[in-house]
Amino acid sequence: MLNLDQYTCLGEALRDALDRWPNETCLIEADRDREKTRLTYSDFKEVALPLARALEDAEFGSDDRAAIIMSNQSKWLISAYAVFYRGGVLVPLDYKLTAAEHLQLLTHSKAKFLIVEYYLWRAIAQSPEFKNHKLKKVLVTEAPLGADLAGAHRWEDFRRKGDPGFIPREREDVACIVYSSGTGGRPKGCVLTHENYLEQCKSLTAWYPFWPGVRYLSILPTNHAIDFMVGFIGPFVCGACVVHLRTLRPEFVRDAFVRYKITYVALVPMILKNLERGLRAKFDELSAGKRFFLYRMIALNKALTRKQPKVGFSRKLLSQVHQGFGGELRAMFTGGAFVEPSTLQFFYDLGIPVANGYGLTEAGTSLTLNDLKPFRADTVGKPLPGVELRILNPDSDNIGEVAVHGKTVMSHYLDDPELTAQTIVDGWLVTGDLGRFDGNGHLQLFGRKKNMIVTEGGKNIYPEDIENAFDGLPVKEYCIFAANYLWPAKSLGREMLVLLLRLEPNQEFADALKQEIILRNRRLPDFKRVGGYLLCAKDFPRTASMKIKRNELAEDVRKVLGRAAVVEL
Amino acid sequence: MTASKQTLEEILNLAAAHFKVPREKLTPDDDFFKTLGIDSLQALDLLTRLEHHFHIELPDYELQGVSDFRTLADRIQARL
Repeated sequence: MLNLDQYTCLGEALRDALDRWPNETCLIEADRDREKTRLTYSDFKEVALPLARALEDAEFGSDDRAAIIMSNQSKWLISAYAVFYRGGVLVPLDYKLTAAEHLQLLTHSKAKFLIVEYYLWRAIAQSPEFKNHKLKKVLVTEAPLGADLAGAHRWEDFRRKGDPGFIPREREDVACIVYSSGTGGRPKGCVLTHENYLEQCKSLTAWYPFWPGVRYLSILPTNHAIDFMVGFIGPFVCGACVVHLRTLRPEFVRDAFVRYKITYVALVPMILKNLERGLRAKFDELSAGKRFFLYRMIALNKALTRKQPKVGFSRKLLSQVHQGFGGELRAMFTGGAFVEPSTLQFFYDLGIPVANGYGLTEAGTSLTLNDLKPFRADTVGKPLPGVELRILNPDSDNIGEVAVHGKTVMSHYLDDPELTAQTIVDGWLVTGDLGRFDGNGHLQLFGRKKNMIVTEGGKNIYPEDIENAFDGLPVKEYCIFAANYLWPAKSLGREMLVLLLRLEPNQEFADALKQEIILRNRRLPDFKRVGGYLLCAKDFPRTASMKIKRNELAEDVRKVLGRAAVVEL
Repeated sequence: MTASKQTLEEILNLAAAHFKVPREKLTPDDDFFKTLGIDSLQALDLLTRLEHHFHIELPDYELQGVSDFRTLADRIQARL
């Protein structure tokens, strides 16, 4: 691994990585079972430098912002490398957002350059808001020959001969602007510095090292903080390899583990559950005798790995299970949303540790992670090296709001000093999550203090951001809350959004209204939908400027209505 | 392109068989996540089944934002 203390910016560390391991494979890209790309670090350099030179010729340089909207693939990383090489600031956007949301965030981030996949660009260029965009140059990947690119350039042709000029940055300079959510009224652009990333990389690899030969399967979106770190920066500064799959179909994901002998993977809880379901179904298909034998082996593995994982031993004992994952898997990472301890334990007992962690974009990738010394299924692990955590105002059960301090904490929210001041107080970032430390230094989470949910797919959803989907609903007023915010559950499960309705005087809750709500709800992406509604007997408290006083309203609801009053949609 | 009745019917039959729900419980405008009680990964599983049936290949992004059988049928019809 490179000694990251020597570097002041990501561009410099990545540049040295390409020279350090020229013959190691750094990228494999497959579409289903068809391998499309395989690059060594030296090949990567050959593809990336002409792009960096073309960016230079297009006057892209220090602090210029370039957004990327792409699914996980090699061109994502090549483009990001070229941006950092030129001293630019990367704005990775979620490719699953709508075209209107993309345009909103492009405007908010003031990105001058955009690198985007063709099918996404087509949607953006057809959007009514497109005419107002301020982009200087757009590079489109994988466009069919002869396609109308609405003034954009083909990524594949955007290259120039000649050595590009490398522009170094200081540690405190901005590396990325990452949107933690908030595509509605108030985009939350986390401004992260080169120091944030270099330090995060150091602390993560201290516990889970990469080395040449390690293969990381990149499934979580690369725009997400976790994959950006463990599916790009981490493997690259250690000479390891990233495997991209252009599909998330479970059968091809399973196949990729075997085909590419994957070492590490990060997954959202939903995919983890899917894998568990698949394995349990396979176990059930075994004959009674074989199943009995398998469960005896699992019990033996569990007993012998209680104190620490023994990868080699488990691979031999449960060889068929491990071969199903390629035989080289060392650990899977998860976090972001609630994971059932039984799922974590299921995999651990098979000899495949799942390192459950806790993090937020505002503080780099990860704050805590399971160090497997020993494995715990009921916590989100211990603070990573260099991360300082504190529990604010603990109650009698020692539960309070988690606050973090350290070199991985973001600089600020882009163009939002008010929100920054509320979030970073005296150098401590208040997370809005409730937790406590147990006697062994493990953090346990107990719900959220803030009005938001994290979906099983790992997305942060703020109720305020989806309220406009119900604009014009024929009721007096409405508001959306996270159920666990209305009724603190002291757990992270059962997260859902609730639509609170105040009807007009003498208005009845008619079936037509219910159908209208269902229709509006269905227009939202599945992960943003409300799970139920609730009728409020009082007018909503409002500020002088007629904004809903959400805290007060939540308090009012809490006094008279319980979770059982929610009518599921 | 609007899906033919036959395409839509075949999709509904396959979805019912794949997730073991009575066919009569499914209608073209159903939100299949809700009616079938499935998550997005299980929806991708269904997509694979449909690809085999119709002998087509649909990239994952074709399913982005699609949650009812009728729109799904339209996307499939466009590739037949």
